[in-house]
Amino acid sequence: MAFLSAHFVAIVFYVLAVLAVAGGVGVITFKNPVHSALSLLGTFLAVAGLFVLRHAEFLAAVQLLVYAGGIMVLFLFVIMLVNVKRVSPESAFLSRRAPLAVIGGVVLGALIAFGVLAGSLGRRGGGAAALQTVQGHVVGNTEAIGWMLYRHFLVPFEIVSVVLLVAMIGAIIFGRKDAGLEGRGGRMEP
Amino acid sequence: MQAPLIQFIVIPIVKIVVILAVVLLVVAYLTFAERKILAYMQVRLGPNRVGPKGWLQPIADGLKLFAKEDLIPAKAEKAVFMLAPAMIMVPALLAFSVIPFAPATDLFGLLPKAMPPYVTDINIALLFVLGISSIGVFGIILGGWSSNNKFSMMGGLRSAAQMVSYEVPMGFAIIAVLLMARSLSLVKIVEAQQAAHLWFFIPGILALGIYFICGVAETNRNPFDLPEAESELVAGFHTEYSGMKFAFFFLAEYTNMLVVSSLATIMFFGGWLQPFPNVAWLSFLGVIPPVIWFAVKVACFIFVYMWFRGTFPRYRFDQLMQVGWKWLIPLSLANLVIVGVGVLLVKG
Repeated sequence: MAFLSAHFVAIVFYVLAVLAVAGGVGVITFKNPVHSALSLLGTFLAVAGLFVLRHAEFLAAVQLLVYAGGIMVLFLFVIMLVNVKRVSPESAFLSRRAPLAVIGGVVLGALIAFGVLAGSLGRRGGGAAALQTVQGHVVGNTEAIGWMLYRHFLVPFEIVSVVLLVAMIGAIIFGRKDAGLEGRGGRMEP
Repeated sequence: MQAPLIQFIVIPIVKIVVILAVVLLVVAYLTFAERKILAYMQVRLGPNRVGPKGWLQPIADGLKLFAKEDLIPAKAEKAVFMLAPAMIMVPALLAFSVIPFAPATDLFGLLPKAMPPYVTDINIALLFVLGISSIGVFGIILGGWSSNNKFSMMGGLRSAAQMVSYEVPMGFAIIAVLLMARSLSLVKIVEAQQAAHLWFFIPGILALGIYFICGVAETNRNPFDLPEAESELVAGFHTEYSGMKFAFFFLAEYTNMLVVSSLATIMFFGGWLQPFPNVAWLSFLGVIPPVIWFAVKVACFIFVYMWFRGTFPRYRFDQLMQVGWKWLIPLSLANLVIVGVGVLLVKG
């Protein structure tokens, strides 16, 4: 009991971390795309738990709302609608594009590791506790992020929104089969 | 036993058990209320055989569903098929962990000091409820998909499209409340209404309308019940389910109605507050405990749900999408601007 209460946070962290990694492995090993999507959902939920553990409650809630509730629903929607053929992992591994994917994965992993070890992520004291003091006042998580986004990082934030908007319009233009749909009412049948 | 053990383990567990029991009982009797109300609206009698005036009907229904054979279709995706009912029921019940139904109380002097009766009050409660209830849609989609049945699949797809569309205006309607209350904590939202001597439905009447319409759509209730439209899809996403698994879908729908109604009460009608606290000749209303006020307000919303079901025909799918994207989203954005300007003017 004493061990449990002393190492409670560490135990929860390791359980969530194992769940998150297991979910990630599941995404690429399941053969059925719906099962892969479900294990990705598991990863998202575990990561939300990790955010709570670091006192980033706002991020945890947004993780639930945006990733688990929004993006995963759209993934499932597309998987079911398009009826993806079952691709065996072996054939994907042996295709000509495999070396490119390996290089991309290694580079991305190295970049993330570099960011964690050398960049701002690794700096001590840059955690959530520091974030929650704004102009000397200790405020909630949500307020702190609001201050950060709309005071310090307003211009990058606006630029990112414009980039996202452009990407969205681009996706709509690519996705549209013919302009004739607009003619009468623009019906949206499932 | 040591004090921290009682404070952090025993008390929360007692609260959780009591709240779960009450919620499940209320939900069971909501099904009875719905059948009775619909019956009277259609000049019928409704269930009246089991017990006095039919009051034991929900118990009988529950026993029947427990005893029923649990069928799993041969070509169903078994693991997902079993998981889906839990994935819709758990988020629905989880939302009640942050819903404040009464202020801190000492239970008429039974407790040494006043204690909040709700499980917890987190400073992102509103976002938490939204996030948790957006997980609930997976139960419907996966239930529809894993049944391996065309009707179920159509129901699941319809539900996914509907939920994603109506979450957006619902979020914007809630932001209007945030602007007025300046907090995401549900307790603080109620306290803000107490401090302002104004329930937020007066400045936020448009937000209330948008929120409730979206709430009806999110819970797949008439006139937005396309995922289970019986005249075209048999029973939609739960066509293949039987026994307790069907009961889970059924109960989750009513639990979600309760969540939407509770949130509407907290955000727009002052939660547990009594009406007109400063009018002298109405001061006798203060005798009624806060939790009763909360229950009465929630019951009004639940009644409106049932009233909708008794009066409105179902939307067509393209109409549903048009209402969501072409009307509710622009309207909720306009409302946000109006409320924002209003808050700026009032608070200076």
